[in-house]
Amino acid sequence: MVSRFIPLREAILSAAIILLLLLISTRFAGFIAPSNLVNVFNDTAPLIILALGQMVVILTRCIDLSVAANLALTGMVVAMLNVAMPGLPIPVIIAIAILLGAVMGAVNGLLVWKLAIPPIVVTLGTMTIFRGIIFLISDGKWVNAHEMSAAFTGFPRAAILGLPVLSWVAVLAVIVFGIMMARTSLGRSIFAVGGNPHAAVYTGIDVGRTQFLAFVLSGALAGLTGYLWVARYAVAYVDIAGGFELEVVAACVIGGISIAGGIGSVGGAVLGALFLGVVKNALPVINISPFWQLAISGSAILIAVAFNARAGKTKGRVILKSAERST
Amino acid sequence: MTDATTQTRHVPDRLHSRAYSALRSWEALLLAVAVAIFLVNSFTSPYFLNAWNLSDATFNFTEKAMIAFAMALLIIAGEIDLSVASIIALASTAMGLAAQYGAGTPELVVIGLTVGLLCGAFNAFFVTVLGLPSIVVTIGTMSLFRGISFIILGDGAFRGYPSDFAWFGQGYVFWVITVEMVLFVVIAVIYGVLLHKTNFGRAVYAIGNNPTGALFSGIRVQRVKFILFLLTGLMSGVAAICLTSRLGSTRPSIATGMELEVVTMVVLGGVNILGGSGSIPGVVIAAFVMGLVTFGLGLLNVPGIVMSIFIGLLLIGVIALPRIWTMIAEKRRKA
Repeated sequence: MVSRFIPLREAILSAAIILLLLLISTRFAGFIAPSNLVNVFNDTAPLIILALGQMVVILTRCIDLSVAANLALTGMVVAMLNVAMPGLPIPVIIAIAILLGAVMGAVNGLLVWKLAIPPIVVTLGTMTIFRGIIFLISDGKWVNAHEMSAAFTGFPRAAILGLPVLSWVAVLAVIVFGIMMARTSLGRSIFAVGGNPHAAVYTGIDVGRTQFLAFVLSGALAGLTGYLWVARYAVAYVDIAGGFELEVVAACVIGGISIAGGIGSVGGAVLGALFLGVVKNALPVINISPFWQLAISGSAILIAVAFNARAGKTKGRVILKSAERST
Repeated sequence: MTDATTQTRHVPDRLHSRAYSALRSWEALLLAVAVAIFLVNSFTSPYFLNAWNLSDATFNFTEKAMIAFAMALLIIAGEIDLSVASIIALASTAMGLAAQYGAGTPELVVIGLTVGLLCGAFNAFFVTVLGLPSIVVTIGTMSLFRGISFIILGDGAFRGYPSDFAWFGQGYVFWVITVEMVLFVVIAVIYGVLLHKTNFGRAVYAIGNNPTGALFSGIRVQRVKFILFLLTGLMSGVAAICLTSRLGSTRPSIATGMELEVVTMVVLGGVNILGGSGSIPGVVIAAFVMGLVTFGLGLLNVPGIVMSIFIGLLLIGVIALPRIWTMIAEKRRKA
C-alpha cells in the first residue's frame, strides 16, 4: 500500500541523482556549481537524445543496437561531406544527417516489419554492417579537426543563453518527444503496440508499421547525434561511440523503461541518461579510475531491472489465490 | 476467413521419405554452401589447399563454436546470453592474475573454468530466480564482467603465463590436428548427444516451444534454464583458456564483440532465435561456413572489419532469404 503513496519511479530516480550529487559535493564541492552542472548536462546531451529514440523502440517491444554504429556512419558521412564541400550550410548538413539516420533506421524497421526478423538479430547485424561501411567509405582514415570547416565544428558549441546548442538540441528533443508521446496518436499507438500487440491490432493499429516508425525515429535521432558528436569532438573515425549502444539501452533500463515493452516515459529516459552522465563525469573528479565506469553502468542496469521487476510485480491482482498456492 | 472455404486442400499421396526431407533440410543447404565456399576458395587462392593453412584456419571458429554449442541450447530454450565475450575477458583476467602469483597450468585451468561457471551462475540467478528477461540481464553483465576486467587491468596487460599453458591454444595432438580442434569435436559430440539423445535435450526443446506446457508436464523449467546458463558460462571458461593460451596475453578488451559472432553462428546453424528448434549438426556446419568465409577472405587480403560486413549480412540474410522465399511462394500460390 505504501507504494501507492510514493510518487513514481521518476521521483525516486530524481532523488537518487540528487543524493549522488550531494555525495559527490562532499568530496568535491565545485561539482555542483551551476557552470559545472551545465557542462555535465551538455556532456550527457547525446546520450539523452539517443535514449529518447531507444525508448520509443523499446516501448514497441523491439530493441535497436545499431544506434551507435548509425551515429558513427552518419558522422563520418557528414564529416567527409564537409571536407569535400566546405561551403555547405549547416542546416543542409543537419538535414542530411537526419535523413541518412532515418534511412538506416528504416532499413532496420523494414526488416522487422516486412520480414518479421527479431529486432535484436536485425540490429546486431546492421550494427556490424554500418561499422563496416564506415571503414569502406573512409578507408580507415580519420577526418581531423583541421580538415573540418569552422562553421561545422562551431555549431554545437555556440552558446545561446548560456547553454551550448548541443544542450538546446537535447532540450528540444525532450520537448518534442514529450508532446509526441502524450498528445499524438503515434505516441498512443506506440504505447498500445508495446502494451498489448493483439489488442492494438483490434483497435486498428498496424503493429509492424508502428515498430517501423519507431526505428525510423530512433535512426533519425542517431543521425542527428552523429553530426553533433563529430562536430563537437571535431574528429571522425571508424570506432567513434563504440559500445555506446549499450549505454543508451542502460539509460533506458535505468529510467524504468520495461524491456518487455509498453511501460516507460520520456522523463524516465532523460533521468536514466542523466544518472549515467553524472556518474561518468563524477568519477574522475572524486579520483576513481574511469575504468570503473563500465562496471558501474553494468551494475546499474542489473539493479534497475531487478528493481523495476519488483515494482511491476505488485501491480497485478491475484485472483484464485488458493490455486496459486497449490502450484 | 473466407479464404479457407474456397481453398482446395492438397493431400499428398504419400509422405516424403526420410532421405528426401534430409536433403531439403537447413543443414543440407548449409552443407552445400560450405562446399561451395570451399571450392571457390580453393580456386581463388593458391594458398588455401594446404593442410597447415587449413589447420590454422580452424582457430577462426573453434573457440567461438565451443560457446556456440552451449548458446544453441540456451537459445532453443528461449533465452540468450550476450555476456559470453565478457565472461572470457573476466576468466582470462582471473587466470592472468593467478599467473602473476605463480599459479601453474592446472590451477589456471581450474580458475578459468570456475570463473566461467560463477559468471554463468550469476546470470542464471538473475534470470531464473528473480525472473528477469535474459537479454537485459546479460547486457548488464556484459558491461559488468568486462568492467571488472577493466578495473583489475586498466590499460595494462597480463603476460608471463607458464610455458606448458600454451599447449591448449598452440599445441598439436597429431600432425596438423590441433588441441582446439580435438576439443571442438569432443564438445560437439557431447552437446549433440545431450540435445538429441537425452531427456534433458527433450526438456530444452519443450521449454523453448511452450514454457508453461513444459512446466505442467513436470519439467523443472527454471532448473533446466539454470543449468543451461551454467553450461554457457563453463564453455566461455573453456574458450577463455584456449584463447588466452593461444594469445599468450590478456587485455581487458580481449574477445570484444565475440558474442555477436557466436549468436550469428548459432542462428546460421538453423537455430530459431525465438527458441524451440535447431540442431547441433547445423551449428557445426555453420562453424565451418563462418571459418571458411573468414579464412578465404583473409587470404584475399580483405580487412577484418569488412569481413564483419559479411558476417552481418550472413546473419540477416540467412533469416531473411527463407522468409522472402516463402512470401514469394505464397503469393504465387494465391495468384
